[in-house]
Amino acid sequence: MTKVVFDEEKCKGCELCVQFCPRKVIVMAERINAKGYHPAVLADEENCISCGICARMCPDAVIEVFKP
Amino acid sequence: MAERKLFKGNEAVAEAAVRAGCRYFFGYPITPQNEIPEYMARRLPEVGGLFLQAESEVAAINMVYGAAGTGARVMTSSSSPGISLKQEGISYIAGAELPCLIVNMVRGGPGLGGIQPAQSDYFQAVKGGGHGDYYTIVYAPASIQEMVDLTMQAFDVAETYRMPVMILGDGVLGQMMEPVEFREPAPREVPAKDWATTGAKDGRAPRLINSIYLQPEALFKHNLKIAERFEQAKKNEVMCEKAKTDDADIVLVAYGTTARICRSVMDRARAAGLKVGLIRPITVSPFPYDEIGEVARTAKAFLTVEMSLGQMVEDVKVAVSGAAPVHFYGTTGGVIPTAAEILERVEEIARAEVRK
Amino acid sequence: MKQVYSVPKSLQPRSTHYCPGCTHGIAHKLVAEAIDDLGIRDRAIGVAPVGCAVFAYDYFDCDFQQAAHGRAPAVATGIKRSVPDSVVFSYQGDGDLASIGAAEIVHAAMRGERITVIFVNNAIYGMTGGQMAPTTLVGQKATTAPFGRQKEHCGSPLRVSEMLATIPGAAYVARVALSSPGNVAKAKTAIRKAFETQLAGEGFSLVECLSTCPTNWGMGPYEAMSWLEENMIPYYPLGEFRTPEGGPNNA
Repeated sequence: MTKVVFDEEKCKGCELCVQFCPRKVIVMAERINAKGYHPAVLADEENCISCGICARMCPDAVIEVFKP
Repeated sequence: MAERKLFKGNEAVAEAAVRAGCRYFFGYPITPQNEIPEYMARRLPEVGGLFLQAESEVAAINMVYGAAGTGARVMTSSSSPGISLKQEGISYIAGAELPCLIVNMVRGGPGLGGIQPAQSDYFQAVKGGGHGDYYTIVYAPASIQEMVDLTMQAFDVAETYRMPVMILGDGVLGQMMEPVEFREPAPREVPAKDWATTGAKDGRAPRLINSIYLQPEALFKHNLKIAERFEQAKKNEVMCEKAKTDDADIVLVAYGTTARICRSVMDRARAAGLKVGLIRPITVSPFPYDEIGEVARTAKAFLTVEMSLGQMVEDVKVAVSGAAPVHFYGTTGGVIPTAAEILERVEEIARAEVRK
Repeated sequence: MKQVYSVPKSLQPRSTHYCPGCTHGIAHKLVAEAIDDLGIRDRAIGVAPVGCAVFAYDYFDCDFQQAAHGRAPAVATGIKRSVPDSVVFSYQGDGDLASIGAAEIVHAAMRGERITVIFVNNAIYGMTGGQMAPTTLVGQKATTAPFGRQKEHCGSPLRVSEMLATIPGAAYVARVALSSPGNVAKAKTAIRKAFETQLAGEGFSLVECLSTCPTNWGMGPYEAMSWLEENMIPYYPLGEFRTPEGGPNNA
């Protein structure tokens, strides 16, 4: 299980999670989801600090965050 | 037999509503109906109910929407300019399929008009009033007792058809005093309010009170559902009094205060040897088209009398459907027609259409 | 692993119709979190406005009524007065609340209605396509203010929280901004306090959420948040303007 779980089909690609991530561990995927957006994905699990900021700033309730 | 007590019309309609289970009243002052909110302000706390004076008629009718949406028995009252303001909310209430009671003690218009009795709100009462495709059930009582009886059943009717019910009175009916008794209406099987928003308790699914349907097909279907309920009301709820219509050559058609005057016109005409009858719609919506159409098979002429420049007469013409001439006599602006004036019109019609 | 953030249970598990990056979604989550935290989902009755949030009822897992434009405080009054045990909240935008519904919000506050109002102020009409709102900033462009709002022509923007804070019936009035992680955390606290004010029967409560409208502002979502902080907050200062403990607090 990863630290950040994305409900990818709900993502609208607004990139707020990417912008507000203090460790810059989230990126937009190359693929597109059923809505036609590039969904956000966790690119660097190791440097993720599970701070939850991405989830808090996500307007679409896409993200859940876990801490080991 | 229950006790008969002298009641002013406005207070009688308020007391009848309380006895019918109304526990919430939201209103705004306007002449000539202020005795209704004033009575409710005293009376509702006695029965554990609530009276609230709103900041406007617009707010009042939307408070009615909110309370009706919880399944409460709720009403408001106003007079013509205030009813115009309430029409937005009435349209939403109709769209959201909510039951409630609205009393309109009609005064002269347009605009601020006057404060004297009128029947010039017929159109805004029976033709929907607000925007969109809908009708409401509208009662037009002609006495305080009848106003009481109709109010006592109004909530049951509103809940049966899930639509607003209006009492269409006027300044005369609101202000006059008559002895009344408060009689229990015939019991009805009122459907359970399985739509009321009271909090999604005990695991039930959330409920929604709503009038928005953005897909044309969905709104079409929704409007047909509302229309179907009104069709049922047409079958079951039409009320109409016929007096001496069986042999009548000339039939007066009038509702409310005007019908009281027309009754004495009929009596005076009969005494003078003229065969005059009276049809008095008690529900002006749904309108007694069939009842009037039936009389049109034998009557030679109709005279519609209103305290307006001619509103209900349009429905009378539809009902008579060309079978006989439909004449009109009306006064406007708060002027009440006299029996003598109406009788004069009856005699003119008799000369022109009956004895020719 | 320990869950740091979970989607609030009082939100329906469906996608919203809001544009990408629209802060309505953040406001919805904060309201749902307050409902979850206070355990009031089965007593909550929401009132949806006319505007972008007209379909708010689709996203919350509680009873809802949809109101005519601006009339949500009146509808909420009717609900709360007939079901006093319910927890009633209206969710309104700035056109709905500050323009067409100005009378209803002022008088709900005056009466001290025990309702909670979530006021989303993004300084523009969103649903109808970017027209000028009473809260549009001077100089800010809108489709009906193509040269920017001119003070001489249509006055200065309405500061709703400051205005309502002058009303004794308003027990809790706060302005927050949905523009950064820190501000969103403060917004969460304020919204929870507003509901607590209602639960304690202390009177009317309102939280004004400064929000973005990337689509009608013509900006990216992140850029819009920066614009909000640089332009809206100076005119619409953040803070609690009235609390149950007493008058103006830290405004």
